[in-house]
Amino acid sequence: MSDKKTDDKKYTTISIPTPLAEKIKKRIEGTGFHSLSSYVTYVLREVLSGMEEEEEEAFTKEDEEKVKERLRALGYLD
Amino acid sequence: MPRPHGNILINRRTSKSVDLQEIPEFKVSTTTAEDVINIANGVFSPLTGFLCYNDLDAVVHHKRLTNDIPWTIPILLDLNLNGLKEGDTILLTNEETGLHATLDIEEIYRYDKHLLAREIYGTTDLEHPGVNQIFNMKDSFIGGPITLIETKPREFDEYHLTPIETRILFKEKGWKEIVAFQTRNPPHLGHEYVQKTALTFTDGIFINPIIGKKKTGDFKDEVILKSYETLIKHYYLKERAVLAILRTSMKYAGPREAIHHAIMRKNFGCTHFIVGRDHAGVGNYYGPYDAHEIFKEFPDLGIIPIFFRSFSWCKKCNGVVNEKTCPHSEEDHIQFSGKNIRKLLQEGKRPPENMMRKEVADTILQFEKPFVE
Repeated sequence: MSDKKTDDKKYTTISIPTPLAEKIKKRIEGTGFHSLSSYVTYVLREVLSGMEEEEEEAFTKEDEEKVKERLRALGYLD
Repeated sequence: MPRPHGNILINRRTSKSVDLQEIPEFKVSTTTAEDVINIANGVFSPLTGFLCYNDLDAVVHHKRLTNDIPWTIPILLDLNLNGLKEGDTILLTNEETGLHATLDIEEIYRYDKHLLAREIYGTTDLEHPGVNQIFNMKDSFIGGPITLIETKPREFDEYHLTPIETRILFKEKGWKEIVAFQTRNPPHLGHEYVQKTALTFTDGIFINPIIGKKKTGDFKDEVILKSYETLIKHYYLKERAVLAILRTSMKYAGPREAIHHAIMRKNFGCTHFIVGRDHAGVGNYYGPYDAHEIFKEFPDLGIIPIFFRSFSWCKKCNGVVNEKTCPHSEEDHIQFSGKNIRKLLQEGKRPPENMMRKEVADTILQFEKPFVE
């Protein structure tokens, strides 16, 4: 059985140009962001979530027909 | 339609026959069985099973899984180990749901319950129902993927839809923007106002009451469902509203649970989620708008929260108002008090029409005992 110690999430270091870092520091003054890293993390998550690829259909045509049949039987579809 | 959470809609049901002869059986509670069913049906996508240590620790400290996907409520399994070890496969069963599911034990571990309670619920007070539940759990947790073999028919199945079903339903209806409304009560006029305000800017509303374990004094499940059917019949366009239940337990984790509720509705295919005052709160453990604030931490949640504050009936406006729409003083406002409405209904009286639609009230009053005893 694992009886592990609570450990913090792993982090890595990314370099950005110093002038940009300075701009960001000014930008986040008085906001809820308590560090440059938290702001950059937030922005990257936002950007990446908008770039995720479209999913493939999680169901086949056959599944879809079966589902529609149930939905019609229950009155959800006419 | 939004992608499922984590970009994958989980399906952990199997139609293949599984030889269960040699597999040790463990009876689980209905709450745990419903977790298994929700994992299998994709309601908890991208989870494929109960959390292992690293994911739990990431959820506790960062409100995310180890792969950085937002996740705020731990889905945990505790069992009497009885010689179980990592690598074993066990059978989980439950009488009420007819659950038969296998669990491949990936990890058996312990976790600091004080830390768990403090981070998830913001308190270690045993009066908090979620905290109490944690401290009543066994000391070892079991993580690993599940496979659902079968369940049995249950009451209200005709209102139960899986994420694949709602996604196909919304597609068939031609809805692109869908707002979800989470509830545990019959609708009063304030609820209707919130829903219709959100519906005005979307294609359809998904009314998704949580059904299951209740406290004494709560409205019975059938009362909630019938009252919503009545409201939809009389006051909604049939082609713009879908009513379906969600079988899961309330954790009363306030802001963290608001995120969890939003994630589940994203998996059902909803693009927007209504968050009201003190969402999923209990007692005075959370601020009234903590559940609004927490959404700022999740730019990558993939479902848009729609925040509402409080609503009331304004005697001068002669309608439902909120703090942005009405210039009149508090003296002119009647608050929608669930407590007062409940009290009137308990006395067999119909609440005034500026609180609850008469058709809805009459539907509730038709029940001899509308409340859990």
